[in-house]
Amino acid sequence: MPWGEFKDIAAERRLFQRRTIVMLLLVFVMLSLLIARMYQLQVVEHDIYTTLSDKNRVQVQSVAPPRGLVYDRNDVLLAENRPVFSVTLVPERVGDMEQTLAKLQGMLSISEEDMERFHRRLLEPRRPFQELPLRYDLNEQEIARLAVHRHELPGVEVSAELVRYYPHSELTAHALGYVGRINREELQQIDPVNYAGTNYIGKSGVERFYEKLLHGRVGYQHVETNARGRTLRVLERENPVPGEDIRLHMDLRLQQLAHELLDGRRGAIIAIEPATGGILALASVPGFDANLFVTGIGVDTYRELSNSVDKPLFNRALRGQYPPGSTLKPMLAIAALDSNAVTRDKTIWDPGYFRLRPGGRPWRDWKRGGHGWVDLKSAVAESCDIYFYEAAVTMGVDTMHKYLSDFGFGEDATLDVAGALSGLLPSRDWKRAVHSEPWYPGDSVNLGIGQGYMLATPLQLATATSVLANRGNWSEPRLLKGIKGDRSVDEVLPPGSHQSIGLKNPDDWEYVVETMAEVMHGSKGTARGAAKGAPYRMAGKTGTAQVFSLAEDEEYDEEEIRERLRDHALFVGFAPVDDPQIAVSVIVENGGSGSGTAAPVARAMFDAWLLGFPKEGEALIMGASEGESH
Amino acid sequence: MAAGSMLNQSSRHPLLGPRGIWSFLHIDPVLMLLLLALITGGLVVLYSGADQNMAVVKAQGVRMGVALVVMLVFAQLDPSVFRRWAPWLFAVGLAGLAAVLLVGVGAKGAQRWLAIPGLPRFQPSELMKLVVPMMAAWYLSRHYLPPRLRHVAVALVIALVPMAMIILQPDLGTSLLVGAAGIFVVFFAGISWRLIGAFFAMVSVAAPLMWFFVMREYQKQRVLTLLDPQSDPLGAGWNIIQSKTAIGSGGMDGKGWLQGTQSHLEFLPESHTDFIVAVLAEEFGFVGMLALLVLYLLIILRCLYIAATAQDSFSRLLAGALTMTFFIYVFVNVGMVSGLLPVVGVPLPLVSYGGTSSVTLMAAFGVLMSIQTHRRMISA
Repeated sequence: MPWGEFKDIAAERRLFQRRTIVMLLLVFVMLSLLIARMYQLQVVEHDIYTTLSDKNRVQVQSVAPPRGLVYDRNDVLLAENRPVFSVTLVPERVGDMEQTLAKLQGMLSISEEDMERFHRRLLEPRRPFQELPLRYDLNEQEIARLAVHRHELPGVEVSAELVRYYPHSELTAHALGYVGRINREELQQIDPVNYAGTNYIGKSGVERFYEKLLHGRVGYQHVETNARGRTLRVLERENPVPGEDIRLHMDLRLQQLAHELLDGRRGAIIAIEPATGGILALASVPGFDANLFVTGIGVDTYRELSNSVDKPLFNRALRGQYPPGSTLKPMLAIAALDSNAVTRDKTIWDPGYFRLRPGGRPWRDWKRGGHGWVDLKSAVAESCDIYFYEAAVTMGVDTMHKYLSDFGFGEDATLDVAGALSGLLPSRDWKRAVHSEPWYPGDSVNLGIGQGYMLATPLQLATATSVLANRGNWSEPRLLKGIKGDRSVDEVLPPGSHQSIGLKNPDDWEYVVETMAEVMHGSKGTARGAAKGAPYRMAGKTGTAQVFSLAEDEEYDEEEIRERLRDHALFVGFAPVDDPQIAVSVIVENGGSGSGTAAPVARAMFDAWLLGFPKEGEALIMGASEGESH
Repeated sequence: MAAGSMLNQSSRHPLLGPRGIWSFLHIDPVLMLLLLALITGGLVVLYSGADQNMAVVKAQGVRMGVALVVMLVFAQLDPSVFRRWAPWLFAVGLAGLAAVLLVGVGAKGAQRWLAIPGLPRFQPSELMKLVVPMMAAWYLSRHYLPPRLRHVAVALVIALVPMAMIILQPDLGTSLLVGAAGIFVVFFAGISWRLIGAFFAMVSVAAPLMWFFVMREYQKQRVLTLLDPQSDPLGAGWNIIQSKTAIGSGGMDGKGWLQGTQSHLEFLPESHTDFIVAVLAEEFGFVGMLALLVLYLLIILRCLYIAATAQDSFSRLLAGALTMTFFIYVFVNVGMVSGLLPVVGVPLPLVSYGGTSSVTLMAAFGVLMSIQTHRRMISA
């Protein structure tokens, strides 16, 4: 059909125009629909979407407070914070996790351990859009490399954080403790709001005990971020309240001296200022570098530390429990005098052995042949065992337990020393409960010279010595000396609970102190060699603790074993006698005799504290003088 | 037609006064002015949507220049040329669509491009946006109008066969536009209202069948997400939530040019292509959206006026269908960005970044200008 020939052109046009009007109406209706939709979104629901938009772009970030610094008594910095750069990933924003990790591995050295830890944390429940650290402590080159490739790596950030650093860590690790990553159990105990920005928490020592004080209060900032979570600018900020800076009683010089004195050995030294109870030195040798633990220690390094025969991670000062041996005699002398078991004038004949009953088992004195006639003074000065065997049996376990408790044995008497152990002060009840046996008089005999069941930590020995130096007045051992902010020490330091030891005849204190002075200055004193030439008077007591057995799994080395089978050398003492400034306890593991090994160490500590610290390069007197063997 | 007659000053005296020059150049000045306004405004928004990347704006400017040239070339041709060429172009288009399905070049999981050596890559589906209404108009205008049922059936086949082939690529957005173009021709031709009623009845039956047998999983997901964007806030719902947030937070006056946080902080996806209207809504607010929609309305009014005053049926049907297709672009794009419609890949005409659709659109306006400026005096 040829088109148009018979068509009604006008009718077709009218038809088209009618249809056009219909379409026009349709256009109006549909456009109105769009306009209505826009009105709904932009005018009616404007507030909802403004909120959404702000929520999109504005995020609240927590700002971790800088951790309080720790100083020694002379304001030498012991724990500080330094910026460390780490690479973190926000899993929600990383597109292809495997590919991103592969790329990062090409740019940084990421150990398998880091990778494993990251994957583990990836599977753990966490806050959405939380940054997960992949590697810490980036060097400048690595930071630069990441900056160059930043655009290829969505969700990957280099973040700076302040990380704890201990400038003298080998010296202070056992006293200060250290911080480490918050673990799962800790996460459940802390206030999640206050720790929102914090990755570290005190794990031991001062860091743990004063966690609340050192941590501070979290701050906030509102930041504008783009869809990939990159922070563009800070809109509003509420600054965190930094942790309090604190000062310890510790004197780093004395701490260092203690480490030098024990260098190459295993042992512990505690020095306490008797008047305040302030711990001047708390050394456990060998020490370790706590900085290794802060960002997470490597498995190999940790294995090496924990498997070392010298046990550097073992805090001997607080947790080493040794038989106190003869160092217990001054406290027992107080007990014997006050309970009337002996008098100052009481003299006994020491034949070199002691029997509970005629023909019974003999307990030997350390000195073959005995000391002959001894009174209490010479019994302490010469460390006569027979005198104390007899006194112990006369006193009985209950009396000894009571007096030794008063001196802080068998408990953790410290105010703020985290992790201190309480040793073992045996009693009738204890023996029945643990050994299901009654207390035998023979047990009392052993306790009389600090052997048998009795165990004490070096810190306990120093504490008891300090109480003795104070003539019975208690000042519980403490580390905290001052807070640099508004708060006072009394606010945060737990109160002491010990009462002064009252004696029926207070002169007994001076008498027993005099016996201890006799140890140092008497013509037969066991440590007279260590006190030679001192311009001040000191009081002390030597001791020896037997090493009973070796652990089976220790490697066999004849030389080594012979060394490790030697007795532990102990010494407690204070100086000056009339105005005690420092009380110490020293233990040198396998050091042999207290008089030969431990006493000179204490003398060096006394000298440094009372006369001034030795100048650089000056020889220490460690082991220089030879005393008799007790 | 009150609004239409207001715009109707250009062609009453085609050879008199300055209007004569326009007629000589085969340009409709009113439509030209409106299009230039839209393109210019679009570039301004694009500068913001592309995050102030001048290179993107320049590239788009060049494309628009090319598209304007194409429009002018089409405007020079007499409408009878389109009528005579329609069957051949349709055949070429079908062959091209078949070739795409067999040897097409893909992007993002769909085959849309045809790479013929020696020729620039092109999308036969874009060509079909013009050719399908031409072919349908050619066919229907050969018969008495209103069309008989069998003519309607043939015209629908002309529209639905290419549409189906484009769905297979798959490209839902373009197939929708191509199908719509053909159906608009049938409507303008005067199909009876009863048939229209029957058609809608059929659609309501076909929709569930489409859902189960034709639609791809990603398309179903888009529909589901439209109904409840919050069900998948980080996945498919993200786009809709973010674009609604952008639009809604714009408020009455907007956040100001280049001040949109949703787009500049990269929350808004595709902010310089399909979702550019959200940038405009965020930065220029309800007022800006109203201005944009009014501008589109003016263009549509002018084009419908051209269609209504065209001299022959073919021209009328073609002009009307092209105009309504243009409107469908606008409606679907704004509807999907504002969360009224599912997300199908339809750009905002002459504003979204992208070459091919702009060229096709401007070619369509060239056809409209050709119809407007090639009037035979005798019929006036």
